[in-house]
Amino acid sequence: MSDKQVISLSINGVAREVFAPSDSTLLDVLRDDLGLHAAKRGCNQGVCGACTVMVDGVPMRSCLTMAGACEDHEVKTLEGYIQDPLMNSLQEAMIASGGVQCGFCTSGVLITARNLIEEKPDAAAEEIRTALSGNLCRCTGYVRIVEAIAKAAKEVVV
Amino acid sequence: MSNDMNIPDGIAVGLSTPKLENREKVTGRAEYIDDMSRPGMLYAAILGSPYPHARILSYDVSAALAAPGVVGVVTGEDVPDGRMGAFIKDEHALAKDKVRYVGEPVAAIAAETLAEARAAVNLIEVEYEELPAVLSPEEGLAKNAPILHEELESYIKVFDAGSTGNLCSRTELSEGDVDRAWADCAIVVEDEFVTEPQAHVSIEPCGALAEIDAQGRVTLWSANQSVFRVQANVCESLALPMSRLRSLTPRVGAGFGNKMEPHIQPLTVALAIKTGRPVKCILTREEDFEIVRARHPFKIRMKTGADANGKLIARECEVLLDCGAFADDSPGVLGYALLMSGGPYRIPNQRATGKLIYTNKLRFGAYRGFGNPQVTFAGEQQIDEIARRLGIEPIEMRRRNLLKQGDGWFVGPKIASNGLERCLDAVAAASGNPKASQDRIKRGRGLAITAHISGLLGTGAIVRMLEDGTISLNTGATDIGQGSDTVLAQICAETLKVPVDMVSVASPDTDGSPYNWGTTASRVTYTTGRAVAGAAREVVNQLFQHAAEMLEVPIEDLELREGGRVALRGSNEDLPFAAISGRAHWAKGGPIVGSHTLVFDEPTHDPKRAIALGLPFPQIGVFSFGATLVDVEVDQVTGQTRVAEAWSAIDVGRAINPRLVDVQAEGGFVQGMGFALYEAMVWDGARLANPSLLDYKIPTSADSPHIHSIIIEDPEPTGPFGAKGAGEISLNAIPAAIANAVNTVCPGLSHALPLTGERVLERIEEGDNAA
Repeated sequence: MSDKQVISLSINGVAREVFAPSDSTLLDVLRDDLGLHAAKRGCNQGVCGACTVMVDGVPMRSCLTMAGACEDHEVKTLEGYIQDPLMNSLQEAMIASGGVQCGFCTSGVLITARNLIEEKPDAAAEEIRTALSGNLCRCTGYVRIVEAIAKAAKEVVV
Repeated sequence: MSNDMNIPDGIAVGLSTPKLENREKVTGRAEYIDDMSRPGMLYAAILGSPYPHARILSYDVSAALAAPGVVGVVTGEDVPDGRMGAFIKDEHALAKDKVRYVGEPVAAIAAETLAEARAAVNLIEVEYEELPAVLSPEEGLAKNAPILHEELESYIKVFDAGSTGNLCSRTELSEGDVDRAWADCAIVVEDEFVTEPQAHVSIEPCGALAEIDAQGRVTLWSANQSVFRVQANVCESLALPMSRLRSLTPRVGAGFGNKMEPHIQPLTVALAIKTGRPVKCILTREEDFEIVRARHPFKIRMKTGADANGKLIARECEVLLDCGAFADDSPGVLGYALLMSGGPYRIPNQRATGKLIYTNKLRFGAYRGFGNPQVTFAGEQQIDEIARRLGIEPIEMRRRNLLKQGDGWFVGPKIASNGLERCLDAVAAASGNPKASQDRIKRGRGLAITAHISGLLGTGAIVRMLEDGTISLNTGATDIGQGSDTVLAQICAETLKVPVDMVSVASPDTDGSPYNWGTTASRVTYTTGRAVAGAAREVVNQLFQHAAEMLEVPIEDLELREGGRVALRGSNEDLPFAAISGRAHWAKGGPIVGSHTLVFDEPTHDPKRAIALGLPFPQIGVFSFGATLVDVEVDQVTGQTRVAEAWSAIDVGRAINPRLVDVQAEGGFVQGMGFALYEAMVWDGARLANPSLLDYKIPTSADSPHIHSIIIEDPEPTGPFGAKGAGEISLNAIPAAIANAVNTVCPGLSHALPLTGERVLERIEEGDNAA
């Protein structure tokens, strides 16, 4: 077990300090120390994508990211997008299209999808499928998720 | 998409209402088991067995107990000799006296932090006497094989299992005279098939949180498909009266059979009782692979015969199933697979026999399809093979043999609604002409059809009218993400002719909900839906009784008016639900509560037409149907196969919520495609070699094709608004359809799943050599 240390983070634009073991991952700190539960632990190996958050504007697997390494970086979780118009469009599109089933992958999907739309608002369905391929979903077969992302992207372009 | 426009939508039924809990899920606020905590909560870690088969001689927990943060340890010595199991009660809360597979929980520890629990768990010392292991059904059947369960014959069994030695159960079904029938066949095909174990891979791993109150009563939250099965299993294994345990559910991150019967709820409760503190136990992904359950590997010998016109005359199916270390749902899977082994065809002579053998592996159990995808994989390839040899189109071959409305299923269940032929027509019409092959990428088209039941066992519903006329619905059915809360609310709303937002749905709670066997067997819409409609009708009766008194008119003259009013037929006179409910609460009659319970009680077996031995389900269900057509692309250089496009039509009786049916079709397709093309749990000797998502691949968005979902509605007379199940029918035919497509571009049949590049390439090369 590792010694505890103070880790200073900027989460969703707010400075937060936690006293956590030095080997804590960002996901550990978000979930266990800060009570931010949107990011999920699906595999803890960086495969399933349920823990995806933004670090300095880049989608990252928070289960593979050391919390200490995030000092001086800007971390943003789904909770930080409550009033973000693009995220809100995506959320509405996911609801309308039926892209939400059990919901466990949904937070990670939304973070990845928002980043894709920002980078490439005119992404074709195949590009959406490629961009989303690091977010595993076992319920939907992906059809409705891809549809929702395309729908939200269209609204942005218009 | 619904292609059935002849059934009018109601105020709630037939609408694609977004799921009631969607907003919590898209904001990250939905609470799953690992998001929960309780004051003073401890964290658990599990010690797994290093051996596949060994006797436990002694434990030394002193070093573990002395480790920082550790509060308590439980071993087999701490749990009573209670045994649980859906069909055969053969399993303790955790290993006691013996271990029977690598990873089987031997001890569990509770500590102030998860890190402390994990650090201390390996300090528990267990002395074992290693025993020879059984690693395959054939080894288990061998003379002088080591015996897994020495006391098997004394275990409680809920049906005539015929258990002996390592034989967990056997089932034999027959109808007509198969042995005599072969002589009447112009063509007979016989093949062997094998399928590999598939992991469920709910993105949420299994977990539980238990606490004991000052009175000694336990409250348990867990990732589950039935709070009632959780309650029964924990109480049986820990010898607790059921009234001493309350089982609840947070949101569940999907279940495909893996969360139906127990996982680590019993040992979590044992830790909570031992420590007197709340304890949370969440499995790692590796543990979730190693200690929960998986889809059965099947060995199948199938023989099918037809006359020169392609009319089916006989089918024989013999299966050998690996049970794993505990019976769990395996006897049910065996019996159900055999029941479905003839497929949705008229075959006058059928025999299906099978054995289920204990082995020193993880238990195999319920998994979406419940044995049906495996036998369908075998049977549907033989239908195509007979068609090919007789020069009949696959679709025509099926048309000539389809079961029709009013026919009996193999062994005896009656079929009422049957949209199978319409499913077949729909995929044929929608798919059009196949695209041409290119040199390297050959395209093949494959078809498969299937049926599945929805039904089984007991269920109930309570509908309460609140003082203001809005409605509270309580069924005890766990919504695992598929949307049953929404669908049941729609059924309730439609019966009361109110918009669905007037209905709230209570979370399942064994203290307050009526019994529900579980979210399994494609049954919630059909069976629980019936209970909801019945309970809501009871509310209508009470409303009418009040209204008749209040308006001083005969009950027969009353009707429901949309939006929550009882009206005098043909007049403007009406009463809002609020006025009636207010009277009931405060003045006369008492609060309005409707309840309805039922058990599916149509017999499976008709002794006049068939012989059945060891049938695990005396009463089973009504039938849904499906047809799937796929276009695959097979790379002639690598053997890699991908599905380019798919059409799936399912007859669900009535789509209460069409979009949720579509998502079942799409999600079931992709899960079936993973099973068909790449998923396989691999054992290296006694140890699972690929218990991680790095080494066990499930389909991603990039692998998944465009899927055209087609809903067929042939109303089921006993179903709520005609509905029957959608959950498993969506998966059953997928491996068969993909295999049939591959078989059109590679020589021979697909004898083994998954259809990996290596296996397919071997066939391509065989074909090249032959040519």
